[in-house]
Amino acid sequence: MIVAERKPFAEIKEMLSGYRKILILGCGTCVSVCMAGGEKETGILASQLRMAFAKENREVEIKEATILRQCDREYIETIRKSAGESEAVLSLACGAGVQFAAELLAPLLVLPGVNTRFIGVAEGEGVWSERCRACGDCVLSETAGICPITICAKSLLNGPCGGTRDGKCEVDKDKDCAWTLIYKRLEETGKLDKMRKIHPPKKHGVRINPQRQVNEEFKKDQGESSKVKGK
Amino acid sequence: MSRKTFQEALGSGKFVVTTEVGPPKGTNIEKLLSAIDLLKDRVDGINVTDNQSSVMRVSSLAICHLVQEKGGEAILQQTCRDRNRMALESELLGAHVLGVHNLLCLTGDHLSAGDHKDAMPVFDLDSVQLIQIAKMMEAGRDSAGNELKGAVKFCVGATVNPGSNPLEPQLLKFEKKIAAGAQFFQTQAVYDVEGFARFMKRVEGFKVPILAGVIPLKSPGMAKFMNKNVAGICVPDRLIEEMTRAENKEAKGIELCAKLIKDLKGVCPGVHIMAIGWEEKVPEILSQAGIG
Repeated sequence: MIVAERKPFAEIKEMLSGYRKILILGCGTCVSVCMAGGEKETGILASQLRMAFAKENREVEIKEATILRQCDREYIETIRKSAGESEAVLSLACGAGVQFAAELLAPLLVLPGVNTRFIGVAEGEGVWSERCRACGDCVLSETAGICPITICAKSLLNGPCGGTRDGKCEVDKDKDCAWTLIYKRLEETGKLDKMRKIHPPKKHGVRINPQRQVNEEFKKDQGESSKVKGK
Repeated sequence: MSRKTFQEALGSGKFVVTTEVGPPKGTNIEKLLSAIDLLKDRVDGINVTDNQSSVMRVSSLAICHLVQEKGGEAILQQTCRDRNRMALESELLGAHVLGVHNLLCLTGDHLSAGDHKDAMPVFDLDSVQLIQIAKMMEAGRDSAGNELKGAVKFCVGATVNPGSNPLEPQLLKFEKKIAAGAQFFQTQAVYDVEGFARFMKRVEGFKVPILAGVIPLKSPGMAKFMNKNVAGICVPDRLIEEMTRAENKEAKGIELCAKLIKDLKGVCPGVHIMAIGWEEKVPEILSQAGIG
């Protein structure tokens, strides 16, 4: 999932100053699971803002809504009408959701309420950690299912740097050295030969942003409306 | 022009000595220039570090050029931290045309350790790939396969950390560096000669010269600091005690370092002295070690 964290309240409040009708728009997928911008967080933020504005005797109407995905046209359409009654929408979706809402609801102003951080997993209750950098050329088959691009602070492809110590990372002693983990798992599975292969430099030329993916079989004419066109 | 190149020294069978200088943070280079003057005729090569410890400084290549101008043999250190492949390759072409023909390829410390913490860490390449590309450029092509109008010529080296724990992944990378074209190695600082001899035994099948890294101790505190904070460095307690007991710490540090070098003579084909601010003491260390 995409992991995000809510922006500091003061920053959000400052961003919203000057608007009298605001829609707080939650997203029911990734940011809901990581407790940054789901229905519950939308409600809490809306209450916090109502209280803060009331304390300052500012008349601000705050509405709230949460849709299943802000990165999907069909869900955004469902709030088009209520959004249109606001002066600004504060989206609690990831950066992709904020942009898609802004694009589809234009000229309505859509503002970001969270900082999007990484693609990760729920390690345990209340703990999420990064697992994928979306490099576009997955090497997990070569590295025992542990991503050196993500887990190694230097994204090294050919083994550990000289800074690794007792299986920990030079950057943070609380973090595991990716290449020690990879080495151990390859050894356990009898695949240590994989660590002898020299991996060539990454091909960054094939992933110039913004990227785009088209499935010709499922592409429909009306799906061609994105204004932000990448490769 | 009777001076041996570093590569010739490596092949000569003599005990090879390299040392290093760190470019300053700023344009005052008088101290650095006098260190180069002191060192250039006493060693076979002078490494010039590349934004060492992730602290922004004068570029390694600029100082390498000054080393060469003064008649020294410069070893250009290049890390993968601050330059993408295009910048690194460009730097290698620049080194060649300035007469710098020794290259040490390193990953580089992470930016989080230094004084530009918010800069973008590059790591477009890793040290193995950088070695490979240097060798491709020797064969007349850049990393994208384009022909060079004039190839480079380098004696390409790499680093290995014999004290790394676990050691096996480090050794696998060491092998890859050799496969990529590494012609010499310089190691992290060694203090335990017996332990290092065991490491040398493990890698004796690889016919690539390994120069043992040595760092003179300036104080017991420095030893303790390195033990706690530097990966792969382990200063034995007996050396720390000797430093603690010594009235003249400076003389003791020089003496211990010279003894270490003497002891390493039977173990490896040379040493790399990292004086870290004590560059002017390197000639004395070498004299006491019976070199030059």
